[in-house]
Amino acid sequence: MNGARFTRLAEQDRQTVTFFVNGQAIEALEGDTLLVAILAAKDHVRQSEFGDGNRAGFCLMGSCQDCWVTSESGERIKACSTRIVAEMRIVTETVNLK
Amino acid sequence: MNAPKVVVVGSGPAGTRCAETLALAGLRPIVIDENSNNGGQIYRRQPENFVRTYSQLYGSESDKAAAVHSDFDSIRDKIDYRSDTLAWAVSENTLFAAERGRSVEIPFDALVLCTGASERVMPTLGWNYAGNYSLGGAQIALKSQGCAIGSNIVFMGTGPLLYLVASQYIKAGANVAAVLDTSTVWDSLAALPKLLAMPSMLWTGLGLIKTIRAARVPIVHGVQPLEITGSGDAGVNAVTYRDKRGHAHTLECDAVALGYHLRSETQLADLAGCAFSFDRRSRQWIADIDDKSRGAANVYMAGDGARIRGADAAEVSGRLTALTLLLDLGYAVDEKEIKRLRSLHARYERFANGVTRAFPWPIEHVRNLPNDAIVCRCEAVSVGELRDASRGKQADEINRAKAFSRVGMGRCQGRFCGIAAAEIIADATQTPLAEVGRIRSQAPVRPLPIAVEQ
Amino acid sequence: MKTQSSDVIVIGGGIMGACTTLFLRQRGISVTLLERDRIGQKASGSSFGNLRRQGRPISQLPLANRSSALWAQLSESLGAEIEVELSGHVRVGYSDRPELVEDFTHYASQAAETGLNLEVFTGKELHERFPFFGPEVLVGSYSPNDGHSNPRVVASACARAASANGAHVHENMAVTSANKVGEDFVVVTDAGLGFTAPSLVIAAGAWSNSLAEAFGEKIGIVSRGPTMLVTEPAPYFIHPCLGVVTPVEEESIYLRQIARGNVIVGGSTRSPASTSTGRAIVDPKNTLSQLRQLRRLVPALAQLNVIRVWSGVEGYTPDGMPVIGRSEREAGLYYACGFSGGGHQLGPGVGEVIAELIDTGETDTPIEDFGIRRFNASTG
Ligand SMILES: Cc1cc2nc3c(=O)[nH]c(=O)nc-3n(C[C@H](O)[C@H](O)[C@H](O)COP(=O)(O)OP(=O)(O)OC[C@H]3O[C@@H](n4cnc5c(N)ncnc54)[C@H](O)[C@@H]3O)c2cc1C
Ligand SMILES: Cc1cc2nc3c(=O)[nH]c(=O)nc-3n(C[C@H](O)[C@H](O)[C@H](O)COP(=O)(O)OP(=O)(O)OC[C@H]3O[C@@H](n4cnc5c(N)ncnc54)[C@H](O)[C@@H]3O)c2cc1C
Ligand code: FES
Repeated sequence: MNGARFTRLAEQDRQTVTFFVNGQAIEALEGDTLLVAILAAKDHVRQSEFGDGNRAGFCLMGSCQDCWVTSESGERIKACSTRIVAEMRIVTETVNLK
Repeated sequence: MNAPKVVVVGSGPAGTRCAETLALAGLRPIVIDENSNNGGQIYRRQPENFVRTYSQLYGSESDKAAAVHSDFDSIRDKIDYRSDTLAWAVSENTLFAAERGRSVEIPFDALVLCTGASERVMPTLGWNYAGNYSLGGAQIALKSQGCAIGSNIVFMGTGPLLYLVASQYIKAGANVAAVLDTSTVWDSLAALPKLLAMPSMLWTGLGLIKTIRAARVPIVHGVQPLEITGSGDAGVNAVTYRDKRGHAHTLECDAVALGYHLRSETQLADLAGCAFSFDRRSRQWIADIDDKSRGAANVYMAGDGARIRGADAAEVSGRLTALTLLLDLGYAVDEKEIKRLRSLHARYERFANGVTRAFPWPIEHVRNLPNDAIVCRCEAVSVGELRDASRGKQADEINRAKAFSRVGMGRCQGRFCGIAAAEIIADATQTPLAEVGRIRSQAPVRPLPIAVEQ
Repeated sequence: MKTQSSDVIVIGGGIMGACTTLFLRQRGISVTLLERDRIGQKASGSSFGNLRRQGRPISQLPLANRSSALWAQLSESLGAEIEVELSGHVRVGYSDRPELVEDFTHYASQAAETGLNLEVFTGKELHERFPFFGPEVLVGSYSPNDGHSNPRVVASACARAASANGAHVHENMAVTSANKVGEDFVVVTDAGLGFTAPSLVIAAGAWSNSLAEAFGEKIGIVSRGPTMLVTEPAPYFIHPCLGVVTPVEEESIYLRQIARGNVIVGGSTRSPASTSTGRAIVDPKNTLSQLRQLRRLVPALAQLNVIRVWSGVEGYTPDGMPVIGRSEREAGLYYACGFSGGGHQLGPGVGEVIAELIDTGETDTPIEDFGIRRFNASTG
């Protein structure tokens, strides 16, 4: 599966925001957290550093730290605690430091 | 004399009532919260452009939510409120906070910790796959984002949140595959006298079960979680559990919500020098708090961060703590009010004890986890590695087992694995749980950017 | 009182005591190791884990070289994974101290005489070789065969191997008094147990002062807590250990990355440490100063998060050099204590030298500079 992990059930009547995941343009809704914005289109946000596969966050309250993603410029972002902003450029694969 | 500097960490129900009481007495407390909005966990606010009503969002608790929010709004100009601000360390009478990328030092005369709770989760084989969420995480997806964590969801664990979140999902139109509870119905019956201390809450609980049953979602009691199957690539695809009679069942799903009641967030208290004791009832370490709600000389604690007693109790304890603090600072305080709040709080305490009794932490299941289950998600440490480190290297104390196995060494600092790890070490080395100890806290409370401005 | 006897008693189960015990057993000598806490839980368990030889006083290099040879095969001889990574070490100087180019070159030529080969790089060559350095880094001295290991597991692995080879290792047992009665040392512990042996090794780290005083010798160790942190994991890109050479405490950081990805950083301003609690608490201000220096040394690390800080009790002698070797006043008494930064690397070498001294009465490795005599002289 590489489709959406999350299902939207309410509050779908919002302005859309375009951002990028691994170079691909994706539409999110204004007010989404970055985690929700990614998972409404994709099935994971990062990879475990220790080889046990993809991760998609866990607690959504800023506590478990399993949702850290990287921006194309190398910035680390805690996806569940960050609001989506248009034009954000995120990578979900592990990348080398710049 | 300058007005005393009081810093309140947390703006949930406890922090709100504490700040309000201090502000009404003429102090101007600094209120810090890492969230962008006040309200804490239960009364978490949705983004401004969302339109659901209070009753849609908070159900039976909507009046309380509205009161906590509006009372906080009404004291905004009487407090120094700093949202998006993480308290990352404490040293003598100074709080270190990271405020939108910048670290600031905040000196204080008194510190009130209203840091709330996070979830206690039992690891299960496969809980590291994408698609597993904590129950609270599942709730936040819905409450503050209008999303479900999947399209076919298993709720597994125990505790009031299990039924609450499942019923919230059902009401919102999500597809819930089953509610799997590790506790037995007998446990709830045994706890009935204590639960009766708060009949209204008990009714709410029964109402939740009715909602779930009405949607024809199976509720299974006394389960043993066996495995969450799936793959590292695609995430979860099913849950296998054993029922009371010993039969194994498999339920297909694309998401699992897991939770086994709560644990206090005590890292700041630990850094601030509070002492801790082992609590046999909850099998957790809790801060030693004196009758003035103090954990250390000028460090006060309130709400679920001090004791897991629920949201209503958090409001009461926030007020109570503020009053005892004011008394300590030499302010005139209505002592009758303190008495009244104390006896109210005692009722919540009886109820909370009933909840702990009704939804016990499934010790045997934790201790019998298979070796290949991951215990520490951050560092991907398996149960077998932890057992080897503790048994083979005589590490019957958790900090030593951590040093040898890396359990609890990752980004979350053992918040989500520490309790289960302690049970596994206790079992592997045949040591009483209390002697296994607790993971010593270290700063930063959450990961701190090396780039933080100063 | 019931007493147990052996050939040697070692007080203190840090890396020094554990290695000494290990090498004594390899020589077939019976040995009792007494540790107040658990093995390797004090300085040795919280240290940075550097296996750095370069930068030490030249007089320490023969000992460090001996230790280095032992490290290279320690994991195998212990049969335990202690994560030895001989991936090199770079000492660097910033451009505001151009004299370091000359100093490093001079040091390299002296070190070569002891068998330690170093390469000094400057300017473009340095930055091409080690592209992660910040622009202020002017000069680097590279020691290809130094490296690091996991300090959390080393001492206990040594003690376990020694114990499997017949050593009597007692944990949770604090020595409350040590005396010489006739030919033997009599050591009493808090549990009321007594131990006797003709030889005694004081390897009690920052806690060695009072034990030495019992024999009329004064070391004057003062404790401090180095500031440490670890980052979240990142792809492995810094292979050697790095360390800044500077007289300014705040600038003096060191770091290493492990293959799993975490970067471990130490140095900058130290915190107070308490020998009575056995703990040292990091002052958050020191973490902040460390972060400033970290961004200066390897700017790319600014992209990462710190996930944990810690400290430990490190003991400093008045001249910063360790105390290794025989007592000046009591026959059969030996010291292996007073190690501050740099002690981790020396552990196996010191253990082997002390074992050799006890077994044969002599050693080829020059250790005269580290005798307790230098402090006895100053206190009369
Ligand atoms: C995920 C989750 C969901 C829950 N849902 C429900 C529910 O639906 N119904 C129910 O009855 N109970 C629920 N509970 C229990 C409920 O949280 C509590 O009973 C109640 O919220 C406790 O109030 P509090 O003020 O003590 O803490 P909280 O409401 O948790 O508030 C604590 C606040 O402190 C802040 N904070 C913590 N540490 C720091 C720090 N270091 N720096 C800055 N800020 C910090 C947090 O951001 C948070 O806003 C839930 C608990 C959790 C963990
Ligand atoms: C934070 C930190 C970072 C460091 N970084 C480095 C580094 O990068 N590289 C490096 O080479 N070195 C480093 N060091 C220094 C290095 O750790 C020490 O030099 C070395 O570990 C000292 O070993 P030890 O065995 O002498 O001391 P310790 O490990 O402290 O062992 C002494 C032992 O004696 C025991 N003891 C004391 N009194 C008694 C008693 N009365 N009875 C019984 N037992 C007793 C103690 O409990 C303790 O376990 C660092 C140290 C610290 C604290
Ligand atoms: S999902 Fe747990 S911190 Fe973001």
